[in-house]
Amino acid sequence: MENFQYILPEIFISVSIMLFLLIGVFKKNSASLIYNISNISLVILLSLIINLSSLDSIYLFNNSYLIDNLSNYMKIMLVGSGIFVMLTGSKYIQVINLNKIEYPILILSSILGMMIMISSNDLIVFYMGLELQSLALYVLASFNRDNLLSTESGLKYFVLSALSSGLLLYGCSLTYGFSESTNFDQILINSTEFNYGTTFGIVFILVGLAFKISAVPFHMWAPDVYQGSPTSVTLFFAILPKIAALSVFIKFLYTPFANMNDQWQTIIVFISIASMIFGAVAAIGQKNLKRLIAYSSISHMGYALAGLSTVSNQGIQSSITYISIYLVMNLAFFSCLFMLKRNDKYYEDIEDLSGLSKKHPVLSFSLLIVLFSLAGIPPLAGFFAKFYVFLSVIEQSMYFLAIVGLLATVVAAFYYLRIIKIIYFDPEKEEYETSHNLGLKITLAISTIFILAYFMYPSGITEIVSKITMI
Amino acid sequence: MLSIGLGHYLTLAAIIFTIGVVGIFLNRKNVIVILMSIELILLAVNINLVAFSIFINDLSGQIFTLFILTVAAAEAAIGLAIIVVYFRNSDTIRVEEIKNLKG
Repeated sequence: MENFQYILPEIFISVSIMLFLLIGVFKKNSASLIYNISNISLVILLSLIINLSSLDSIYLFNNSYLIDNLSNYMKIMLVGSGIFVMLTGSKYIQVINLNKIEYPILILSSILGMMIMISSNDLIVFYMGLELQSLALYVLASFNRDNLLSTESGLKYFVLSALSSGLLLYGCSLTYGFSESTNFDQILINSTEFNYGTTFGIVFILVGLAFKISAVPFHMWAPDVYQGSPTSVTLFFAILPKIAALSVFIKFLYTPFANMNDQWQTIIVFISIASMIFGAVAAIGQKNLKRLIAYSSISHMGYALAGLSTVSNQGIQSSITYISIYLVMNLAFFSCLFMLKRNDKYYEDIEDLSGLSKKHPVLSFSLLIVLFSLAGIPPLAGFFAKFYVFLSVIEQSMYFLAIVGLLATVVAAFYYLRIIKIIYFDPEKEEYETSHNLGLKITLAISTIFILAYFMYPSGITEIVSKITMI
Repeated sequence: MLSIGLGHYLTLAAIIFTIGVVGIFLNRKNVIVILMSIELILLAVNINLVAFSIFINDLSGQIFTLFILTVAAAEAAIGLAIIVVYFRNSDTIRVEEIKNLKG
């Protein structure tokens, strides 16, 4: 019984989900109320996790649940960005009439699923967390149910995600059969000698995880889903599942399959190179900003995976730093997107940004900073993220990966700079509304200042991340 | 007399799994067929897990199967709901006509 204090965050969030459902059923017109109290409960959840984060590794429930530095850091990132996602989207869902009680509850349940995924130390627990996350995400993608594009994106996401869950499960079953256990540590002990069964298991599991993280060649759902779903859900898709999937990637590669790194290293390097190049090239012709950010996130996932492929603690830490900076940049970009509103209609095409700088100098300046940072131009935060990854890759003498990554950065810089050119030098259009809600303004201000000022105190994140050691 | 070993079960599961995956990609008619293919994939995994669980004398494979069955039911329910919502908007669930989103 005394161990229950360690999973207090999970217990708290599941109890509050059920409570909010009850409130939603018995109290009429409680959508805004539930939205606000879910946000408060996320803040309480964050403080509960931070309260636990000073402890060492703790194994719970017959070693099937592990709370360590990696899971604590990733959970803090997850819940923290969850709060900002709720803050920025609050006005948007009211304007497009999506303010229903289910919306915050679905977000909370998928966050619960991601927390279970991040902490899992057993194939069964991992699968349950993954499905709790995915089932909530299917509904979120098609949440704008009277809109053809939103339902289509939900349908596509459902089919491809269910397929990827199936592949992943097949991999889990092979791994279980040939290493005779579902526990991650036990799999590591039992899989000292080579056999084909476990190799097949690794390949299937990596394919399934690559689907979730939208890495090439399993990326085809990402652009459609990003474009079709409501923008607040797109923001959610762009950040939270990526954090969860990346930490699961780290867990799988460096706990159960740590002995077989010569087998998975080539796969990860291939996926990473393919994502970097494809994400950079395919984004060039895009017209829709949400679709563009989908391709950009594919290429960013390529860089995060490059850090993982190094089989070194420094590489893992560089990927974790990368995903932390990536989520701040995405928050800032989507906050700018939420501000392109005129007469209760949101605009999301690149042409709508034309000549934005004349009438909205502050908004254009933030967009400029965010886009420069996404392109990786010094001294902004995005540059440091890429710098750490390349440093760790070069330290392991993987020069080919580093060179391809640098070339892909150059290609990617083209489409970011093209947007900046459209903002600053193209003919101006009608003015957008300037009254925005406080949460949106605060998020944009915090994230832009973080990106701008990161170079003054770069050791802040790296010191926390350096506590995470897997090897 | 032929005795049925682990290999036979694994082959059966692999065949069913392949049918499921191929069914998703070759099907151009109906989204419901895709839903059935997903069920096939999950059933193949269950056969695998139960066979392994018997042959290595470990119960956790069968427990895993129970969890997968439960989740598969929930997944089918949500999938059908999404298909219904999509059908209301577009009046079709033919796979080749689902292409409003493209870039």
